[in-house]
Amino acid sequence: MLAAKLMLDQGIEVEGLNFFTGFCVEGHTHAIRDRDRARPRRNNALWVAERLGIKLHIVDVVDAYKQVVLNPRHGYGKHLNPCLDCKSFMVGRAYEWLCEHEFDFIVTGEVVGQRPKSQRRATLPVVARESGAGDRLLRPLCAHHLEPTLPEREGWVDRDRLLAFHGRSRKPQIALAEELGLDEYAQPAGGCCFLTNEHYAAKLRDLWAHRGQRDYELDDIMLLKVGRHIRPRPGFKLVVGREDGENRFLQGYRRQFTSLQVSDGRGPLALVDGVVTDDDLTLAARVVARFGPWREAPRVPIEVAVPGQPARVLEVEPLAADGIPGEWYV
Amino acid sequence: MSTGASDEMVGPVHILDARRLLCPMPVIRLQQLVATLTPGELVDMVCSDPGALHDVPAWCRVHGHVVLETAEVAGEITIRVRVDGTA
Ligand code: SF4
Repeated sequence: MLAAKLMLDQGIEVEGLNFFTGFCVEGHTHAIRDRDRARPRRNNALWVAERLGIKLHIVDVVDAYKQVVLNPRHGYGKHLNPCLDCKSFMVGRAYEWLCEHEFDFIVTGEVVGQRPKSQRRATLPVVARESGAGDRLLRPLCAHHLEPTLPEREGWVDRDRLLAFHGRSRKPQIALAEELGLDEYAQPAGGCCFLTNEHYAAKLRDLWAHRGQRDYELDDIMLLKVGRHIRPRPGFKLVVGREDGENRFLQGYRRQFTSLQVSDGRGPLALVDGVVTDDDLTLAARVVARFGPWREAPRVPIEVAVPGQPARVLEVEPLAADGIPGEWYV
Repeated sequence: MSTGASDEMVGPVHILDARRLLCPMPVIRLQQLVATLTPGELVDMVCSDPGALHDVPAWCRVHGHVVLETAEVAGEITIRVRVDGTA
């Protein structure tokens, strides 16, 4: 946002690119969870574009991004976040877009030393090189710490009006945002995607381990964002909604997965992932009863719906509080 | 809910089914469709993610398209967009 604003203030035409990888934290994540209702229900990138008065193109890179997540040349950060490869990939896609649409250079908001792995002085040139953007990649917020790029050398951009931010502190950015009149500053302090989240990364690793291959589809990675994930045995996992918003979201998958819910429709909706036996379904029903409003009842009717078959009802005893071993939770 | 915008210019109407897609996918689908259309053409979108009610109008505003009408009935959202700008 700040980098784009600095360019606009120099009279340069700017358009925004936002890449949707499937792992993005905002947008649909907020749409799913009731508990996030208080947050602004906006797409931050669109909000920023509107504030700046620029066009924003949202690019679906879900399929192409798989290779970045599955085989990162530079490895992962703290969890499953392949930040350095990710930045090279995104700048590379931006470079392709630039060539197709006859723009001249790319601007990012990176700052030297801001992130331990992907924004070190040694790694910024890696992104420029591996993306193919070379010296058409300008980082206006820390340009004074870097060699002049093509737009600076050619005089398209006035280098003297670029900045020398460095290090992890965001205070200079926040101060600049205030100075530029961008009062609500929409820059995430943590990671920008679920791959930096420890629990999410554990669920993705579990998915790979139990599928026997490192691969995923968009639905897989969406479902990992939602619900309690309980794996009673290899090859059998339950995704149990934790609140109404998640239950509504899981409803959309009932045509693909066997689903369970208390017959009166109250309490969680659960999806079954894997090939299961009748005993597994009974256990799943007892888990669902455990998390529903009738957990103290002696028996609870649970509707089991297998896609393409008529729903049936299992009368089960809810599992006791200690009936779900801790190691079942993914 | 009606936005109250005028829909005097009425061109061909294209249907975009974005149900079960989570934001920002409805916007991405709209963007892809609009890239193939010309000014004056209309898109009737159907979405199930309530986020579309925020994201689609925001995307239209930044690209110069017009949201003529939005409605939400039983969790299904319909949005009528008139193509005016560029994708
Ligand atoms: S945190 Fe950001 S840079 Fe790192 S992998 Fe996720 S999207 Fe890419």
